[in-house]
Amino acid sequence: MKPPPFQYHRPQTREELGALLANLDNVKILAGGQSLMPMLNLRVVAPDHLIDINRIPELAGIRETTDGIEIGAMTRQADILASPIIRDRLPLLARALEHVGHIQTRSRGTIGGSCCHLDPSAEQPAICAALDAEFVAIGPKGRRVIAAADWFQGMLQSALDDLEFLEAVRFKPWAKGHGYGFAEYARRHGDFAISGAAALLEADGGGSITRAALLVFGVEEAPRRLSEAEAALVGQNIGEIALAPILDAARALHPMEDVQVTADYRRHLAGTLLGRAVREACVSREQRQ
Amino acid sequence: MSARYFGAAVTRVEDPRLLTGRGRYVDDMEFPGLLHAAFVRANVAHGRIRSVDTSDARGMPGVVAIYTMADFASIAQGPMPPMAPHPLLPTPITYHPLAVEEVRHVGEAIAIVLAADRARAEDAAAAVMLDIEELPAVADAVLAAKAGAPRADSRRPSNIAATMKAGFADCGAVFANADHVLTESFDIHRGGCHSMECRGVVASVDPHSDVLTLSTSSQSPYMVRRHLASYLNRDESQLHVMTPDVGGGFGPKANVYPEEFAVALAALKTGRPVKWIEDRQEHFVATTQQRGQVWTLDVAFDNDGRMRAIRGHCVHDNGAYAPYGLILPATALASFPGPYALEALDLTVDVVLTNLVPTSPVRGACRPNAAFVLERLADRIARHLGIDRDEVRRRSFVRAEQMPYLTGMKARDGSPISYDSGDYIAALDLVLDKVDAAGFEARRAAAAERGKLLGLGIASCVEDTGLGPFEGASVRVTPAGKVIVSTGASSQGQGHRTAFAQIAADALGVELNDVTVETADTAKFPLGISTIASRIAVTAGSSVELAAQKVRAKAIAFASHKLEVSEEDLELEGGAVRVKGVAGLNVSLSEIARTLAGNAGMGLPGGMDPDLAATAYFNSTALTFAYGANACEVEIDPETGDVRVVRYVVVHDCGKLINPLIVDGQIRGGVVHGIGNALFERMIHDEAGQPLTTTYADYFLPLASEMPSIEVHHIETPSPRNPIGVKGAGEGGTIPAAACVISAVEDALGADAPFIHLHPISPQQVMKWIEASGSQSQEVAGTP
Repeated sequence: MKPPPFQYHRPQTREELGALLANLDNVKILAGGQSLMPMLNLRVVAPDHLIDINRIPELAGIRETTDGIEIGAMTRQADILASPIIRDRLPLLARALEHVGHIQTRSRGTIGGSCCHLDPSAEQPAICAALDAEFVAIGPKGRRVIAAADWFQGMLQSALDDLEFLEAVRFKPWAKGHGYGFAEYARRHGDFAISGAAALLEADGGGSITRAALLVFGVEEAPRRLSEAEAALVGQNIGEIALAPILDAARALHPMEDVQVTADYRRHLAGTLLGRAVREACVSREQRQ
Repeated sequence: MSARYFGAAVTRVEDPRLLTGRGRYVDDMEFPGLLHAAFVRANVAHGRIRSVDTSDARGMPGVVAIYTMADFASIAQGPMPPMAPHPLLPTPITYHPLAVEEVRHVGEAIAIVLAADRARAEDAAAAVMLDIEELPAVADAVLAAKAGAPRADSRRPSNIAATMKAGFADCGAVFANADHVLTESFDIHRGGCHSMECRGVVASVDPHSDVLTLSTSSQSPYMVRRHLASYLNRDESQLHVMTPDVGGGFGPKANVYPEEFAVALAALKTGRPVKWIEDRQEHFVATTQQRGQVWTLDVAFDNDGRMRAIRGHCVHDNGAYAPYGLILPATALASFPGPYALEALDLTVDVVLTNLVPTSPVRGACRPNAAFVLERLADRIARHLGIDRDEVRRRSFVRAEQMPYLTGMKARDGSPISYDSGDYIAALDLVLDKVDAAGFEARRAAAAERGKLLGLGIASCVEDTGLGPFEGASVRVTPAGKVIVSTGASSQGQGHRTAFAQIAADALGVELNDVTVETADTAKFPLGISTIASRIAVTAGSSVELAAQKVRAKAIAFASHKLEVSEEDLELEGGAVRVKGVAGLNVSLSEIARTLAGNAGMGLPGGMDPDLAATAYFNSTALTFAYGANACEVEIDPETGDVRVVRYVVVHDCGKLINPLIVDGQIRGGVVHGIGNALFERMIHDEAGQPLTTTYADYFLPLASEMPSIEVHHIETPSPRNPIGVKGAGEGGTIPAAACVISAVEDALGADAPFIHLHPISPQQVMKWIEASGSQSQEVAGTP
């Protein structure tokens, strides 16, 4: 379990990183290393060049901007979890991060690394999808902003091309006091989830839902928004949600199967967990008013 | 003199060093010119080796040599010697150090690559071209036992390597007049041991003395010396084996492994030191595993719930080789009848070869399997009769007044098995009290209010411990008055240094930190067997006591002579022999040791023998039987099938406790092992024998976050069979734990749920049972 030979590079700036990407072939970018290092040691990847971006200070940090929040790609999960700004304005992200690995792995793991690796069961890209985040990529032609809807190109496949790297993820927080809920099931705390779900709700003063986001992850190759069910929620009263059609929507998906988990069980869990996330979102909205 | 340390919860003397990174493990050993080894391993479960082409790999950077077995022909050849020969295995089924002609499981070592560092060795190993003709493989023991199944070993006519029988009395007669007979089948899955430190060995040859030295992460360094010396045709004096700090063993490290031989051969061949450190992926495919068994049993019982007789059959998954002979299936048989006073027993085990990693004892060594089927049968009887599970046990257990109790079974050496002491029903009563079984239904109702299914499980066990014949110990007082204890018993983190120091310090009236304990170095102590079978406290612990008492007697004799005081008036205290009640009248141990170390031309006082030292080998001629009663509560989420153990209570009797802190740690760790077996750990192979769970992302080793707090209560019934009254404690936590958890899961699922006959169970399996029993709560629309 030692990696195959590779050449190691450690750029200090975004420009140096861009130049390396432009000039090298068969490259892997090392962010927090929580997935890449085991993959190297298991020899399931064999890059000729490893570019370590841990020493590029501009890539890390949480900034409030005029229209939202920008999280640098190299921001550690532990720093995001500890941020009062995130807890206040993106509480769903903080809620989900508690399920990401363990304190040790969160101290190394980065939001950008997870969003570029795109394990189907990863929480952070799922939350980006739920929040309609934007991914800021830098390439030879400069910056490009990629909508969450376009980011997910399939199993372990982001929209970045070989010459691009992820600079930051931008979020537009939901209205103050919005409801949020998150549920996942894993065999052990910190494992990649067998399935998970997230829900976001806004409602008017009379409790009528004005905006909703529903998402399941770990079920299909990429996180899945349930847009029809979201649309059906708008206009319902938050105290009297018709949950059954939502669960049916989650259970109409085409889940992955592996040696441990059947598609049927994943499908069942997707519905159960989405139900829990919606209930939690309703409760949290009430508590946050 | 009263005990000061024996029985006290002394913190472990090992811990400050180990917890601050000052431990010294095999991988910490550095030598000039050290070569790092990686193995080329079989990628198919069964195949004929056509060729091993190393030509590309040999030229790679940093590579020094690549050897197959043929390259060692001038040093040694042939299969490894069997560790435990058995008459039912006239032809031993052992590995070659590197595979010759045929490979029989994925991961079997074929070639050894030596390079300047491990990464380069792995690069070259990946470049070795294997041409292997794939042969039909069999990965399932039940299929392998059937006529016409592919043969796991082409040389052998059948996959059934041996058929073993055990039992007593006339089962037929008891079954004929019993009120009830039930038949059940049980499927216990294969898993691993997963010590924190994988295996590892470093070998070097002294060019001046030609002594071959191995440091190995092993439970059995003396067995490594014995079998490697025999294989290499060397005198044992030319082979020095030691174990540095070892990060856990749990059974598999008791084997002598092909890699240990291959690394030794490579060091002899190159004349350079060679190190191999097993990585976790190798651990999944090259370190022995355990527990795969399928049982079909009939049980005879009466209307009152009394279990009277058991008969049946077991298919035992042996894996591809039997390095440890038939120890494991024999242990499964010897674990019956557990705490039950059966009138008759008739069991047969087919030991079946499969194209999987060999099985050998893992913590409990098939005793957990026996406990699982016995405890499940007891629960099954309760369910059939509609009586409480504890009532079945109360009416069926061996009673305290029957001790010593002849079970009817025979030990490994053919002697009758006799339980030495204990009160199994009292232990059950105590655990039910501690878990508050009386209040359980109220807790179940409260959990139901929260939408959860709560279940209570119980399980008991009896464990044979203190396996003979011996581990020895020497105790020596240095001229500085310090005490050196030396023993052949190897330690894998159990706290031997603390426990032995407690015993010696009490006998010699010194402080704990005056005692140094040296373990498992063939150059320091002449003989040793293995740290297995919960035997070290009984064997080595007793030897330390006997040797220390001899030293004590010698010190008193010396002081009696010098002070001209009767021996009865002397005591050892504060590092000296002193006259009872007379302050200042004493002789220090230091002075005695210095005098007995001799001076040129001066005779020894009183005609005494030299040296303030003694060696003892306590000969453990009869097993000591520890026992325990466990109870636990599990909470099931009926919407996900998730099972969480929320409480776990152990009542355990391992005789006198040398150190309760150490025993509690052993019990808790053991329970975690058992919970892993019950709920998490599943080693999955496809039909062709390819392992599919070879990382911890796929193989669910339990984490602390999934474990309950584990309460431990002790009963101390001294064993009459050794001088310190102890019984073993290393496996008693594991043995009943899986049975206890499964009992609780079944209880949580309710009377309509299916009888659970297997482990581990998965949440999706639990969901299916919930659906089958109709105990699923209805999903409610709307907000809570």
